[in-house]
Amino acid sequence: MFIDLLKIELFKIFKRPRTFIAFGAIAVIILLVQFALKVNGKDFVQFYTDSQADTFDIPYEKILNGYFVCVAVLHMILIHVPLLVALIAGDMISGEAGLGTLRLIAGKPVTRTQLILAKFSASTVYVILLLVWMAVFALLGSMLIFGTEDLVVFRETDMHIMKSGDVLWRFFAAFVFAALALTTIAAMALMFSVFSENSLGPIVATVCVVIVFTIVQQLRVPVFEETVNPWSFTTHMLGWKGFFYVDKNAEGATIAGSVENPGSLVRSGLILTGYIVLFLLISIRGFNKKDILS
Amino acid sequence: MKKMRVLFLLLFLAAPALYAQEVRTLLQQVKAKYDKVNDYTATGKMKTNVIFIKAPVATVKVYYKRPDKLKIKNESGVSFIPKGSANVNMNNVLGLSDYEAVDGGTEKIAGINCRVVKIFPLSDDESITRSTLYIDETKLLVMKSVISTKENGTYELLMSYKQYAEWGLPDKVELTFNTRDYKLPKGVTIDYDNGSGKDKPEDAKNKKGKVEIAYSSYIINKGVPDSVFN
Amino acid sequence: MSEVIRVKQLTKDFGDFRAVNDLSFTVGQGQVYGFLGQNGAGKSTTIRMLLTLIEPTAGEIEIFGMNLRKHRREILRQTGAIIEKPDLYKYLTAKENLRIFSRLSGAKVTEQQIMDQLALVGLAGRSDSKVKTYSQGMKQRLGLAAALIHNPGLIILDEPTNGLDPQGIADMRNLILHLSHDLGKTLLVSSHLLSEMEMIADHMIIIHKGRKVVEGIVDELLNPEKSMVELVTADLPGTLNLLQQTTWAAMLKEPVNGTLRLEMNKAAIPEFNRDLVEQGIAVQSLRPMNTLEDYFLSLTKA
Repeated sequence: MFIDLLKIELFKIFKRPRTFIAFGAIAVIILLVQFALKVNGKDFVQFYTDSQADTFDIPYEKILNGYFVCVAVLHMILIHVPLLVALIAGDMISGEAGLGTLRLIAGKPVTRTQLILAKFSASTVYVILLLVWMAVFALLGSMLIFGTEDLVVFRETDMHIMKSGDVLWRFFAAFVFAALALTTIAAMALMFSVFSENSLGPIVATVCVVIVFTIVQQLRVPVFEETVNPWSFTTHMLGWKGFFYVDKNAEGATIAGSVENPGSLVRSGLILTGYIVLFLLISIRGFNKKDILS
Repeated sequence: MKKMRVLFLLLFLAAPALYAQEVRTLLQQVKAKYDKVNDYTATGKMKTNVIFIKAPVATVKVYYKRPDKLKIKNESGVSFIPKGSANVNMNNVLGLSDYEAVDGGTEKIAGINCRVVKIFPLSDDESITRSTLYIDETKLLVMKSVISTKENGTYELLMSYKQYAEWGLPDKVELTFNTRDYKLPKGVTIDYDNGSGKDKPEDAKNKKGKVEIAYSSYIINKGVPDSVFN
Repeated sequence: MSEVIRVKQLTKDFGDFRAVNDLSFTVGQGQVYGFLGQNGAGKSTTIRMLLTLIEPTAGEIEIFGMNLRKHRREILRQTGAIIEKPDLYKYLTAKENLRIFSRLSGAKVTEQQIMDQLALVGLAGRSDSKVKTYSQGMKQRLGLAAALIHNPGLIILDEPTNGLDPQGIADMRNLILHLSHDLGKTLLVSSHLLSEMEMIADHMIIIHKGRKVVEGIVDELLNPEKSMVELVTADLPGTLNLLQQTTWAAMLKEPVNGTLRLEMNKAAIPEFNRDLVEQGIAVQSLRPMNTLEDYFLSLTKA
């Protein structure tokens, strides 16, 4: 029965035009970034390497390769994708309430827990497909347009170089982690959706929560750094970047296949999973207790 | 007694000139040895040890053509090659035409007693402002050099020789150089906090960077096209 | 006749507001059971409780002899419903909607059955049109098709004629009668229009402000031989006292808004009038209420 429910939810998602707006928006943004970097890529790399241009010969053309562009694209768009996820997940229950179909499906011989889990699973599938779409455009597209080379990742205080043969698995892991992060957003939007009768409220609420926590995170003031940030999901949602931070040996050379402080990634993954479970439990409890009056 | 005093004074005054002559000769002998190499293409492994760069060991090719062309290339990947790496080429110093050489005594480098020669270019056109070479007088090899440049600060080179010693070509070079602080503005990269930043020193300013190239092979005097240096 | 629905002392509070108050009724197998009441009387709340959309504050519901809370899935599998206006997925076609609702009902329905169902409600020609292009009447009929697609034994229709034109109302009425008479389905049909109920229902309940006012067989409630008589006197308690000592006492009903009500044969009204005068009761008004409509209106006006 659950599989049937999931199929129904996916069918409904992919029959709605708004679903494809997200896919279209992602494709357009990626193509714009790729075009910009194709034309002004050197300036972009220079921005990161300017302070070192006197000390080192910077191989700008090599740095500006498909992997680098993909990381840049992900860096630019993954922060905005929660909005696209919220558009779908925030509409899951409240959208049905607004449409008047919630009373029809809730009066069917399926439990409300099953309904929530099916809707959550469908949101997760949507997130995964969105990321696969992103991978096709951002990774494969950039590889085709810019070619492949070693990957240089610029952090605020250091830069990490990875051999080209040590990169693809990192993208795969980063996409999986991003899926987990965006699923957290989906679970939160779904939770808000349970307690609302219109679609806009949960979508706006989700985006507001993400913005507020991102600002708190970026403020970097001790009062938040020590209290909120270690547990804020926006802190851990950036975990996908952690797969591009490579570890080094005592002589300073990077270790192929390594990740700097993998324990933190595990911790972030567990915290995000914890949030998903928490949001789901609240959703299930809220939905089971809810009098459907719409 | 008076004669003796005059002789002693003459010897005392003439000694530096004699020493300078000696070190010039030594430098010419070393140059003559290095001049046996017209060009080479070397293959090696490059390790980068800079506080803010995490780089894998890179396979590099080093191209040299007399008198002063040298290029280090990572043809199969991305490396940040220090600009002073051109000083790996000893001809940058040994090829100077107008310079003052001063004997700086002896010092042991890697267990070998070396003559310390300080070189001061006299022409303002040279990019090098001063250089100190540590020369193994018996093998006529430069074991270490400290080169101060006008634009790129001071570079220290430490060389060890094995199978290509007769050509004056090292098996291993360690290049130590000054680095500048690397820090991007806050909020640009929006880093993931994996806890690693807490272990880093607060200030990476004026830290020394080090690049080590271990050569595996040289192809000597077989010709190198000029295009590789562009 | 076996009972399909048994509702016992059902109550629902929304905060301080009691929407349904101690409501009990039973619906028998094969009945078309009219659920009548003004807008806001508690009909939809009751129906939503029957479909587990709203949790009752108190009371019990049994459907098909099973406790609704314990056997929700089995019961709902045999139940079809339209609640208020039949909102379906506007961005899907009629066929796609029916496919979804049949699967949600746990039924394995073939494409042919879907087409048959659409034909039953007169929508076979528009099966591949998106619902957003449908008129209100078509949506209503599609809603009915969605309620019937899994062949339920119990059909609950909440205001099924709302928003329909006269032809649509007639079609809906005929469909309900067909389901009951030809297919043997049990129907609970809510409405605020007594005239509709008179034409389709065989049993009926009238609720007002969440409470049951009257329940019975429609023919008996609308019996032309009998009539509800409304009596207004100067001294209501005194009159009630006097009547309770007479043979008229058996005909007394609950007083409504300072008026006494008695159910009696129309032929007995003159004799009743005479009795009142002889007993010195100062009658201000004695009015026979001709139909259940009158009765219903008098309740709802209150």
